[in-house]
Amino acid sequence: MIAAPHFGFVVAAYALTAATILVMIVAIVRDYRALSAALDRLAATRGAERGE
Amino acid sequence: MLNLASPTVFLAVTRRTLPWLTPATAALFALGLVLAFAAPPDYQQGETVRIMYVHVPAAWLSTFIYGVMTLASLGTLVWRHPLADAAQKAAAPLGAAFTFICLATGSLWGKPMWGTYWVWDARLTSVLALFLVYLGLVALWRSIEDPGRAARAAAVLTLVGCVNLPIVKFSVDWWNTLHQPASVFRLGGPTIAPQLLWPLLVMGLAFLALFATLWLMAVRNEILRRRLARLTMIAAAEGDALARPLAARSQGA
Repeated sequence: MIAAPHFGFVVAAYALTAATILVMIVAIVRDYRALSAALDRLAATRGAERGE
Repeated sequence: MLNLASPTVFLAVTRRTLPWLTPATAALFALGLVLAFAAPPDYQQGETVRIMYVHVPAAWLSTFIYGVMTLASLGTLVWRHPLADAAQKAAAPLGAAFTFICLATGSLWGKPMWGTYWVWDARLTSVLALFLVYLGLVALWRSIEDPGRAARAAAVLTLVGCVNLPIVKFSVDWWNTLHQPASVFRLGGPTIAPQLLWPLLVMGLAFLALFATLWLMAVRNEILRRRLARLTMIAAAEGDALARPLAARSQGA
């Protein structure tokens, strides 16, 4: 299979697909973590101000 | 459906759904990839036909996601569904990414089969136009600060852009194109051999599950972003010093 002509195009197509999917997953997970951390910080500060 | 209009209920549903949807997506991809590489090579295209197992599902999703966004736009403009604009906003970058995969893998398939990476034929050009509309929607969401105005503008642009969907689908029938006509979703049934069709359908399901997973996660992010924006405004009104740096995060992406 690997020695087949044009197999490099197959590898490139799958690598590009995997990279694009990985970028989507990382972007969404990082966004979620940043938003959760910001909400937690806000809740902690406001709780501390109220003496909770 | 009406219950899901509540962000709190949606977050609870997401919390219950994602723990099994994520491994199910991974399992579908594992099965699809095994089937895709175990399938026989095409009698004309040889091993190159394996590009089909990522190109075609990405192409299906590129139009499917736009259809979902069109419904969400109607939800924003007609039914005023509270989560419709979040659903539309979350789907736009995903649609752009899957359309990019479709265009790039199609180009990598075209070079060995057609002798060129790109031709301005009706199918390729209409999919490129779809990609540009997706990018336009992402840019629109980022450029208008007021979420309500951004939602209405994006909904109108989405509805205008949905004119392109039948052009993408039927371009191969309406014009003489280098791109082949439909071979799976067509009247009269699929023309593709079952040994190649089953891996393609499993990969299609895997891509659909991936979109569902990422979309739920992205809509959840939008709900959290709005919650953060609301709480930041309340904190700022009360003179909270922490509110300023958090405001930047709540307006991002």
